[in-house]
Amino acid sequence: MAIRLLSFLALLAVWQIAAHFGNPRLLPPPLAVFAAMQEQARSGALFAALGITLLRVAAAFLLAMIIGTMIGYAMGRSALTDRVIDPWMVVLLNLPALVIIVLAYIWAGLNEAAAIGAVALNKLPNATVTIREGARALDHGLDEMADVFGFSRWKRLRHVALPQLAPFLAAATRSGLSLVWKIVLVVELLGRPNGVGFQINIAFQLFDVALLLAYALPFTALMLLIETLLVQPFERHVSRWRPRAA
Amino acid sequence: MLRDLAFALSAGQTGALIGPSGCGKSTLLRIIAGLDDAYDGAIDRRGLAPIGMAFQEPRLLPWRSVEDNIRLAAPQAGASEIAALFAALGLSEHAQHFPGELSLGLARRAALARAFAVRPALLLLDEPFVSLDAPLARQLRGDLCRLVESREMITLLVTHDVDEAIGLADRIFVLSARPARVIGEVKVAQPRGRMEAQGARDIAGQIETLRGA
Repeated sequence: MAIRLLSFLALLAVWQIAAHFGNPRLLPPPLAVFAAMQEQARSGALFAALGITLLRVAAAFLLAMIIGTMIGYAMGRSALTDRVIDPWMVVLLNLPALVIIVLAYIWAGLNEAAAIGAVALNKLPNATVTIREGARALDHGLDEMADVFGFSRWKRLRHVALPQLAPFLAAATRSGLSLVWKIVLVVELLGRPNGVGFQINIAFQLFDVALLLAYALPFTALMLLIETLLVQPFERHVSRWRPRAA
Repeated sequence: MLRDLAFALSAGQTGALIGPSGCGKSTLLRIIAGLDDAYDGAIDRRGLAPIGMAFQEPRLLPWRSVEDNIRLAAPQAGASEIAALFAALGLSEHAQHFPGELSLGLARRAALARAFAVRPALLLLDEPFVSLDAPLARQLRGDLCRLVESREMITLLVTHDVDEAIGLADRIFVLSARPARVIGEVKVAQPRGRMEAQGARDIAGQIETLRGA
């Protein structure tokens, strides 16, 4: 932990030194960025942008996870479904995010549904493929046990299938979140009138690097915080029953 | 794999199917349990519900404690009933343990507790002692025997081990190799507890003769 902190401080120092010797317009020193951040925070613009972007991240993420889990589960359980849908997933997986976003805006218009749909579609194959692996690995012996003891559908889902899928859901959540929040910025930059991505676009047009970092850094920190405080504890929670490695 | 199998058991009786490995005795158990539908003919399970089954592997939910595993499979079983089962099977101290913390012998006992907890009319046991070392197997056989005899149900045991069959069953059905059929039946004299070693050897001898024929 101490080493990580030192490493982080070293990064700040390198930044400070580089800013000192370089052009401060291209790379403002940390304190200038902090000042810009304070200014944006005082006007409320920073929090408004963070809030709206976070909402988009949450909506796109949930949409992709719910649909991806259902498709992935169906693919993992049925070889036929897998063969039918797999080529679609391969295409989606290899289609650049930018192409999906631009197509969504052209077809559906520059609106919220197109923006969130495009992000979700980018994340969808990733979630699907992860959950498919989980569904393939489901223990057939436990299924038979549930058959013999007459488990209801709900009991099966809740007590037999979900606990086995949980590590895969956690993995899809972790990789999905980091994918989604990066793509949301692109979507905002290309076609939304607010959010962190929109502010970054403004900073780009003004060539204002301090302003750009004043939005980018808090947002990155926020996503890291969510990952550390929500995703990782969730991961630990779902695997708590595993015998500890000695 | 199996052909023209015929045998009959009535309530309170324990039957053992004994045969060479791979002869299809486990498959028969799975068909009776409704887990395998690759067969011709009809199965009449009237009066045979609920079915309790112990698989070769314990098949407990690893993310649930031993007690929760039993409650999930047998919601109708009361706390005192479960406690009595745990006592009878030597599990009282392990109720709150996760299956991953148990030895194979204890996990198998938990799986047996689960099968008994549903108050089965038909109890299916698939090689309940396989891969336990001899003293553990003997101990479990004793506990199991007492439990089985305290209940009015049909018990069907599948095993490849003659001693296991003699130790638990009233009637032993000897199966041939594939395609398996019943080549003979041996009755075990009751009460088993007082059976002389000589008696057990006689039964084992009868089974050998049947197989040789």
